[in-house]
Amino acid sequence: MALTYERIIQRLQDKFNELSPGFEETYGLLSVTVPAEDNLKVMQFLYDDEELRFRFLTDLTAVHYPERTDEEICVVYHLHNLVDNVRLRLKVYVPVAKPDVFTATRIFAGANWMERETYDFFGVNFIGHPDLRRILNVDDMDYFPMRKEYTLEDPQRTDKDDEMFGR
Amino acid sequence: MPRPVQYNTNDKVKLVDMPEGHMGEGFMATSFDKVVGLARKNSLWPLPFATSCCGIEFMATMGADYDLARFGSERMGFTPRQCDMLLVAGTIAKKMAPILRQVYVQMAEPRWVVAIGACASSGGIFDSYSVLQGIDQIIPVDVYVPGCPPRPEGIIDGILKLQELVGNESLRRRHSDHYKQLLAGYGIQ
Repeated sequence: MALTYERIIQRLQDKFNELSPGFEETYGLLSVTVPAEDNLKVMQFLYDDEELRFRFLTDLTAVHYPERTDEEICVVYHLHNLVDNVRLRLKVYVPVAKPDVFTATRIFAGANWMERETYDFFGVNFIGHPDLRRILNVDDMDYFPMRKEYTLEDPQRTDKDDEMFGR
Repeated sequence: MPRPVQYNTNDKVKLVDMPEGHMGEGFMATSFDKVVGLARKNSLWPLPFATSCCGIEFMATMGADYDLARFGSERMGFTPRQCDMLLVAGTIAKKMAPILRQVYVQMAEPRWVVAIGACASSGGIFDSYSVLQGIDQIIPVDVYVPGCPPRPEGIIDGILKLQELVGNESLRRRHSDHYKQLLAGYGIQ
């Protein structure tokens, strides 16, 4: 029998009732929100459980919500059960002042570079990451460009007329 | 007696004009600048640094239809040590900037740079934290070719403009204080 979202929700509620995980189904994809300090526990359970078998990390990224106090940074894990072809989003929220999340590299080796990218653009501090440094941007960049307080445009640009170029 | 084999009788072959000077029986006198300029401008070795769509246009420029070889740039050298003319065609990300600069530093003097297309000239549409806003922020540029991307005719026009510069360049320019100051302004020795 194929793995349904109802079954996943039930398994997670049975196992992690004390964490009160949040469930939400948007655009046909289930999102599970858990406290940031328990992300590894939940991920390991999703990985090991003989029924759930979420053993592939499709993507790992972050979102910045400046209007949410104390949970500005959302780290999103996209997990995939390759046997039943079921996908799942796992979300944790952390404050922008202290964006500490435990690293997923012990469970998924592929998380290494994705966490470096997430650090590079959002400044999420992955505790326990073996090599947390910038990966895509120049090494001497001193801010995290995908946070909403920074403009997309190059702040050092001087040669273009703001009026003409729609700044 | 007519010679059986005659060379260069095809009137489609265009020869460059002789520089001004005094000619007589068995001699010609002109300034050294002009002779060296003539030789340099008609044998520019291109070094393509193609990173995106302008590079495709540059490939067409080198191809049979547009044939940059007609202007003395027959062979591309994929090593900066052999080349005189750096053709930067495409978006240069900030992370690519030190590499481009290294390529420029490795070229021997005299060297010239053509910025092909809007991105190489000014960052183009990529007004973004990750893109270098014009390669003239890191290396001196001689000719800018506008367009997004420019057509091969545009690239050829840019190279002809550069040939004009090369042909008229004083032999002392590269030793002048003005030139040294220009390079020092970019932090290049």
